[in-house]
Amino acid sequence: MNLFDYFRPASLAEAVAAGSQPGSAYLGAGTNLLDLMKGGVLAPSRLVDLTHLPDLNRIEQLADGSTRIGALVKNAALAHDPDFARAYPAVAEALLSGASAQLRNAATVGSNLMQRTRCAYFTDPASACNKRQPGSGCDAIGGENRAHAVLGWSDHCIAVHPSDFCVALTALGALVEIEGPTGRREVAMTDFYLLPGDTPEKETVLEAGEMIVAVRLPPEAAAFAGHQRYLKVRERTSYAFALASAAAALKIENGLIVEARLALGGVATKPWRTQAAEAVLVGATPGKEAFENAAEAAFAEAKPSGENAYKIALGRRVVTRALMMAAAGTPKRMPALPASPFASETGANAHV
Amino acid sequence: MSDTIAIPAGATPASRTRFGSNSGQPMTRRDGVLKVTGAATFAADNHPEGLLHAVYAAATISRGRVTSLNVDAARAHPGVVEVLTPENRPPLALDPDTKPYPFAFLIEVLQDDTVRYAGQPIALVVAETLEAATEAARLLSPTYDAAPARVGLDAVEPYDPEAVGVGSPPTTEKGDIEAGLSAASQRVDARYETPGQYHNAMEPHAIVASWDGDRLTLDTPNQAIVMSTGSFAAWFGIPAENVTIRSPFLGGGFGSKAIIVGPQILAILAAKMLGRPVKLALRREQMYGPVGHRGATRQDFRIGIDGDGRLTALDHLTTAATSTFEDFIEPASNASHDLYATPALSSRHKAVRLDIGTPGPMRAPGEASGSAALESAIDEAALAAGLDPLEFRLRNYAETDPASGKPFSAKALRECYAEGAERFGWSKRPLEPRQMRDEAGRLVGWGMGTALFPAPMFQAKATATLRADGTALVETAGADMGQGAWTALHQIAADGLGLDIDSVEFHSGHSGLPDGGIAGGSGHTATAGSALHAAGTDVIAKLADLATNDENSPLFGAGNVGVEAQDGRLYRADDPGRSESYGDILARAGLSEIEGAGQGGRDPASAEERAMFSHGAVFAEVKVDPDLGQIRVSRLVGAFAAGRIINPRLATSQLYGGMIWGIGFALHEEAVHDRRSGRIMNANLAEYHVPVNADVPTMDVILVDEHDPYVNALGIKGVGEIGITGTVGAIANAIWHATGVRVRRFPIGLADLIDGASAH
Amino acid sequence: MNLSMTLTINGERRDIVLDDPRVTLLDLLRERLHLTGAKKGCDRGQCGACTILVDGQRINSCLALAVSYDGAAITTIEGLAENGTLHPVQQAFIDHDGFQCGFCTPGQIMSAVGLIAEAQAMGDPERIREAMSGNICRCGAYQGITEAVLDAQARLAGSKAETAA
Repeated sequence: MNLFDYFRPASLAEAVAAGSQPGSAYLGAGTNLLDLMKGGVLAPSRLVDLTHLPDLNRIEQLADGSTRIGALVKNAALAHDPDFARAYPAVAEALLSGASAQLRNAATVGSNLMQRTRCAYFTDPASACNKRQPGSGCDAIGGENRAHAVLGWSDHCIAVHPSDFCVALTALGALVEIEGPTGRREVAMTDFYLLPGDTPEKETVLEAGEMIVAVRLPPEAAAFAGHQRYLKVRERTSYAFALASAAAALKIENGLIVEARLALGGVATKPWRTQAAEAVLVGATPGKEAFENAAEAAFAEAKPSGENAYKIALGRRVVTRALMMAAAGTPKRMPALPASPFASETGANAHV
Repeated sequence: MSDTIAIPAGATPASRTRFGSNSGQPMTRRDGVLKVTGAATFAADNHPEGLLHAVYAAATISRGRVTSLNVDAARAHPGVVEVLTPENRPPLALDPDTKPYPFAFLIEVLQDDTVRYAGQPIALVVAETLEAATEAARLLSPTYDAAPARVGLDAVEPYDPEAVGVGSPPTTEKGDIEAGLSAASQRVDARYETPGQYHNAMEPHAIVASWDGDRLTLDTPNQAIVMSTGSFAAWFGIPAENVTIRSPFLGGGFGSKAIIVGPQILAILAAKMLGRPVKLALRREQMYGPVGHRGATRQDFRIGIDGDGRLTALDHLTTAATSTFEDFIEPASNASHDLYATPALSSRHKAVRLDIGTPGPMRAPGEASGSAALESAIDEAALAAGLDPLEFRLRNYAETDPASGKPFSAKALRECYAEGAERFGWSKRPLEPRQMRDEAGRLVGWGMGTALFPAPMFQAKATATLRADGTALVETAGADMGQGAWTALHQIAADGLGLDIDSVEFHSGHSGLPDGGIAGGSGHTATAGSALHAAGTDVIAKLADLATNDENSPLFGAGNVGVEAQDGRLYRADDPGRSESYGDILARAGLSEIEGAGQGGRDPASAEERAMFSHGAVFAEVKVDPDLGQIRVSRLVGAFAAGRIINPRLATSQLYGGMIWGIGFALHEEAVHDRRSGRIMNANLAEYHVPVNADVPTMDVILVDEHDPYVNALGIKGVGEIGITGTVGAIANAIWHATGVRVRRFPIGLADLIDGASAH
Repeated sequence: MNLSMTLTINGERRDIVLDDPRVTLLDLLRERLHLTGAKKGCDRGQCGACTILVDGQRINSCLALAVSYDGAAITTIEGLAENGTLHPVQQAFIDHDGFQCGFCTPGQIMSAVGLIAEAQAMGDPERIREAMSGNICRCGAYQGITEAVLDAQARLAGSKAETAA
């Protein structure tokens, strides 16, 4: 880790002022930033420690029915907040399927949104990576890319966005509240992340000095509580990143889907909301046929970026299954293995 | 020895003990309190006065030369004390490119600017703090003259190795393979592949080196403490007795801490150069380079089966990866030597030289990879014969060792099959695949595999000292890397002395003690245990001499009928009413203590006459999501016969551990090399997956009774490695049974089970 | 640059001056305060051997910048036993053989203590396996670990009930 200056601002204004200076990086819990600094991937000259700022660690119900989550709220605290988990069960399930209990206790909501890709060529400073070093090339292309993106990639970058949380947030139309040198603004999750195009180093719309202060779930997001799930397929049962995941939320009235939300993880360069698939679902009878049609639509534009064609077939099935699970209804209790194909509400594997 | 770890008295009830009453008891670990309170000291926990921190820079190319290092930048970093490169590295007493002693591995100690694999140390930074050393190592920013990397089994032409494993012949042939194959009514020809796997002990290799003149003290985890003093000493041209190794606890070894590795030598060198103690702990990613691994294999089988489901030929050809500069050829084909009866047997090995770190022994070397492939291939053969896999194995049960023709010293494999199958419910298994579903519609499959591991012994020494108060001290430089040596060896030692375990003080883990041999090969308990037991019986013999020749002893004159040692007293063998306490015998003789010594090792005649193995049978249930392909092992039952079990609680735990390694082998573990750079792209614990708790279902281990009168006087075999064998195949076979898909490349992943999968 | 901070470690208030902002909580404990119970298995939040409690919550101390935790209360494995009596989780790990080499054990135990305080898994072994999956044990003591957590949870619930009565 490089030497850096450590600065602990007393106010948001102080934070933004410090964070606007070249070489500064905002420190949340540090579970991702410190990891990348230890790996020599990032070397900020100054860390602006946000963790002692007041007022950013609250979960609030707003009068209009939205829920506002402060950027410093811990992932675990959010997932285990009973009101939140009841209103947005797929978000809680996604949170609990990510990383480990220890990391969820440390990592913050804001940091999760700013999490960088797990692409091994990004985290290996000896490899060419346009995201880490613009213009250096992409060694993931033609390299070991079984886990890479099949949606949203470009000839400059095929790295997958690693978050689970953001997939569920994206499905539910969350908004990101941003504070910066020019004041406050808000951006929809779907617009917050950028496609790699020919500037993969630019991952979000954040400008220099801007920071996330909160994430907001709009009033309409609460309408899906009865039918929403997050499903995540991985190479081991827990403590692994997604090979493919999906957050599915349905509003079902009189036996018909009246509104649908669907976002994909593990397969795209950003949390991938698929409105084409949502459109297929609206007006359909919940069932395998409609869900398979939606899955087709979700992956209509997908193409392998390397040795990962299986992810297209897999992704479609994940979508279909996630929709089936959502249609079946949100479980009363968080499954023992959140988001896992081996999840069982009752702990059926309980033969100690 | 003042700086050994004293094991506190356990909670064992001091009931009246009989000779042999400590062994066989499921005692909890004697080092348990130390380990649950954080008081157990591992190498990197030491902080001698004046300590410096060392971090090495590792090559990021796989072949070529280092053309520059920014030493100035590293030196300029605050806190940096020294930077060692090939240009200023002080001389060593040995040439690292020549085998210094048998079974040594050639190592990289900054001898030149050559890079032989990614991850090779290319410079060492020493600093006042760990933070400074770590960053300065990064600041070295090496440049290279790189040549194309050769990784993967197809990168180069194979060659015929002279030996495989540790000095084993590469080829064993019995009978006429071609005739056997011609005579077969069914053939299975199959190719299996296993990837490079890394030990990943939770404790990264670490060393704290302190010099005092020409005397060297090392805190470093080591599986062969006394032998290693000589090895370390040789590098520095000092006598072995000048080297002290303290290795009270190893944070896992699995074979990777049995040999001397380059980073250890560099740390010692830096300490000598700077006149201050130096600590070097490998970073996790550095565990994927200079400290060995399980080499990748490709295994080709040709199996012939007659109309009765009996083997007519078994041909097993392994092609194994080794480094460009050193030989460790995974002896995977040898797994076919000792399991199934066949009139024609052939095991052969080829090797390829790649730009990788040298492989080495890793938990069940040869046997694990070989068993994974063999047990899968045997399952294919059972299918070809139309037989239940267990029935097929029973039809091909080897009554004598297939390769050598020798009788087995003991073989309770039939009992393992029977007890394991019964516990698992194997008889309900449908023959055809894809027949079972769980309540959620997941595919369920059942598979089995035979487990086998040799029961070797090495050489060990021990001493025992009986003290005037009737307590004793026993000493041997054994190594506890989790297998439970602190407990099991202590139990055996107490039995040798006829004492309750709490009356016996046990010292181990220090090179100043008698040579406890190597903790490896599943032979440590047998070897060091035999030495300890012998040391105890030596003391008892001397004590008996004193008593039976002393007119004032109630045992006077009992020399012909003998005495028995029990609960701190000697008893006349023919009259338990006549006895005397150890303390009284010593007191009357005016002695403050009696010393005894013992050795452990195999009787050569016995070894010549018999084949010695532990056996087992593993049964696995897996669940597979029919659409998504994700796999989970839901049940494992293993039945093992491994001679006399000293501590059933600890032996069971070791077998669990081996079986969990089987889960990792079958489903998770694989080092992924970039084919262009040769670098391992998942050299970390987030992407090189080992099983986590949620991957491990409830497991069941059955310890099958086995009396083996030939392995050693105590009848002890080992259980450290056998658990992984059998399990891998059982899981692979269960996946086939669940899905109907036979995957012949490990690890088996969901991409293998998705229709139209293009990966793998 | 010297950074002053205060930590309460195992109940004892410690004023600490850091001469280097890079020091993690783990390295502070191990290399500077010589509290070596917490172990460094990966240094990257991938193994859990460094798990400690911060303000009662289990976290990976390797990915925690020490200076950022100014004012926090920390519990390490060294602070778990009281007056020489093992914590019920420690005793349960011994009784159920929830470890072999012992290297990951301090992290496992601190994680288990945190898990029990979270009260999410309760008596469900499947939930315990999931909740303990951030602690890798290469020796493969998972069965004993799961049993130990179940048992310790029951023991703690029992003693709580006794206190209440």
